[in-house]
Amino acid sequence: MALDTDAVRQIAHLARVRVPEADLEVLAGELSNILTWVEQLNDVATEDVPAMTSAVAVSLPMREDKVNEGDHEDAILANAPDRVRDFFAVPKVVD
Amino acid sequence: MSLIKGRTSDWEIVIGMEIHAQVTSAAKLFSGAATEFGAEPNTQVSLVDVAFPGMLPVINKRCIEQAVRTGLGLNAQINLHSVFDRKNYFYPDLPAGYQISQYKDPIVGEGMVTVDLDTGETRKIGIERLHLEQDAGKLIHDMDPKHTIVDLNRAGVALMEIVSKPDMRSADEAAIFLTKLRSILRYLGTCDGNMEQGSMRADVNVSVRKPGGELGTRCEIKNVNSIRFVKQAIEHEARRQIEIIEDGGDVDQETRLFDPVRGETRAMRSKEEAHDYRYFPDPDLLPLELEKDWVEKIKASLPELPDSKKARFISDYGLAESDAAIIVADREDADFFEAVAVGRKDPKLAANWVINELYGRLNKAGMARSETPVTAEKLSDLLALIESGDISGRIAKAVFDEMFDTGEAADSIVEEKGLKQINDIGAIETIVDQLIVDNPQQAAQVKEQPKVMGWFVGQVMKATQGQANPGVVNEVLKNKLVG
Repeated sequence: MALDTDAVRQIAHLARVRVPEADLEVLAGELSNILTWVEQLNDVATEDVPAMTSAVAVSLPMREDKVNEGDHEDAILANAPDRVRDFFAVPKVVD
Repeated sequence: MSLIKGRTSDWEIVIGMEIHAQVTSAAKLFSGAATEFGAEPNTQVSLVDVAFPGMLPVINKRCIEQAVRTGLGLNAQINLHSVFDRKNYFYPDLPAGYQISQYKDPIVGEGMVTVDLDTGETRKIGIERLHLEQDAGKLIHDMDPKHTIVDLNRAGVALMEIVSKPDMRSADEAAIFLTKLRSILRYLGTCDGNMEQGSMRADVNVSVRKPGGELGTRCEIKNVNSIRFVKQAIEHEARRQIEIIEDGGDVDQETRLFDPVRGETRAMRSKEEAHDYRYFPDPDLLPLELEKDWVEKIKASLPELPDSKKARFISDYGLAESDAAIIVADREDADFFEAVAVGRKDPKLAANWVINELYGRLNKAGMARSETPVTAEKLSDLLALIESGDISGRIAKAVFDEMFDTGEAADSIVEEKGLKQINDIGAIETIVDQLIVDNPQQAAQVKEQPKVMGWFVGQVMKATQGQANPGVVNEVLKNKLVG
C-alpha cells in the first residue's frame, strides 16, 4: 500500500504534528515501506483463526463501583500550562 | 401519516436519534473518581481521567451491568463479546486526545421500544445499538475574557449512547419516543434522565422526503437538552430543508446546533473539519466477555417496566388506557397509585382521585409529586370513607382540600367538622316531609316536570349542608313525590 503526500499531510494534521512541506515526499516513501512490510502478514491464511487479543489467558480486569480517588485538584493542575482558579485554561474555543 | 405542507407538495419527515444517557454509578467508567453533579471544579478527577502518563483504565463492573440492564429493558440483544475502541480527536475537553468508546462491537445490539401516539395508535421504534463510552469534560466560555476554562469532573463518566433507527415521522413522535425512553431508563435505575443537568441529551438526525419516497440528505442537530427543544429543533429544521429543496437547492449533510433563544438551527462552525476519528481497539483494554448466567441474573432482577405495568393496571384494576398511561409514566407515581388502590373496592375511583385531585392540586401549587402532603395511605383512608358511605364524593373534595393544606388524616377532619354523611332514612324523610308541606306547588309539579325533582334534591342538600347521602335522598324523594 502506497501513501501519497496528501495522505501524509492529512495524517500529520490529525495528529497535530507539524511536518514541513519539503519532508512530505520522504515521509510518504518511508511510511509506504513500513506498510508494505507489514502487508506480508496478508500471505498468512487467517480466515478460520479467531483474533488473538492476549498472549496469556486473562480476562478484562474490573473494579467495583467505589469512589477512591479525588480532591487533589492541585496535583491535577500542577503541570497545567495555564490555569484560572481551579480550572485548566486554554485559548478560547467557541462553537 | 403525518405530513407537512410545502409550497409545491407534501413532505414526510424522517427522524432518528442518538441519545447520550449518563449511567447511574458512584464512580466513573474507568477510574475511581466520583460522578456526582455540581462538585467544585476538578475535585472529581483521577489521574486516569486526566490522562497522566502511565495510567491505565480499569473498567467499572457496575457500569457494564447498567448497560446490560438497559439493553434488556429495551428488548435488545446483549452481545457477550464487545470491544472498546479509541476514537481519536483533539479538543480541550478530552485530555487523552481520544475517547474510549465502542465502535464495531457494541455491548448491546438491536432492540425495540413501543410508544403510544396521541392518536391512540402504538408504534414500534427500533433501537440500532447501545454502547458504552466516556463523557468529555466541560468547557466554559464565558467566565474568563481571554480563555476557555476546563472542568474535568465530567471527563470519564460513563455514558450509554443509544442509537434509534430512523423510525420517527414527526416532531411529536420524537418527543414521545424520548419521553418513553427516559421513563424506561428511570424504571431501570440506569440513568436519572435529568436533561437540565445534562445527564441525558439527544443528537437528532432529520431529513425530509416526498411521502414514501427515497430518503433525503440528513442533518444532525447536536446536543439538544430538553424534550421541548427536540420538538422545536425538528420542526424548524424540517421547514428549513423543505424550503431549500423547493427553491431548487440541495440540503448539505452537516452538523447543526439548536439555538433555543432564536428557536432555530444553525451550522456548526467546525463543519469543514472532516471527522476522521481513526478508531482502533484500545490496547489498554481486553475485549469485554460477559457470562450468559450473569446476564440472565440481571434479566431476572429487572423491575416491572411501564408497558407491562400499564397492561396490568388495565386488566387488574380496570383502569382506562389513558389513565393507566399517565400513572405508569413515572415509577414513583405508579407505586403511589398502587399504595392508594390496594385494598380499595374501586381502583378506578382511586385513579381519578390521584390524577384529577392530587396531581391537579400539586400542579396548581407548583409542587413536585414527591412533595405531596397527602400520603398514599391518607388518600386511601379518605377513599375508604367514600366507599363506606360515611362521606359523599362532594364532601370528600372539601376534606381533601383540608388534608392538602394541613396534612391531617381524613377521619379526624370528618370527625372534627362533623362532616359525616347522613344515611339515616328517617332523618331525611323528616326533612323531605317538611319541604313538601312548605312547598305544595312544587310538590304537585313533580309528576309533570321531572326536573323539579332536582330542585328538591338541592333543598335537602342545603338543609343538611351537603351531608345527606344523595342516593338515599333520591330514593326518599321518589317514594314521597312520585309514589
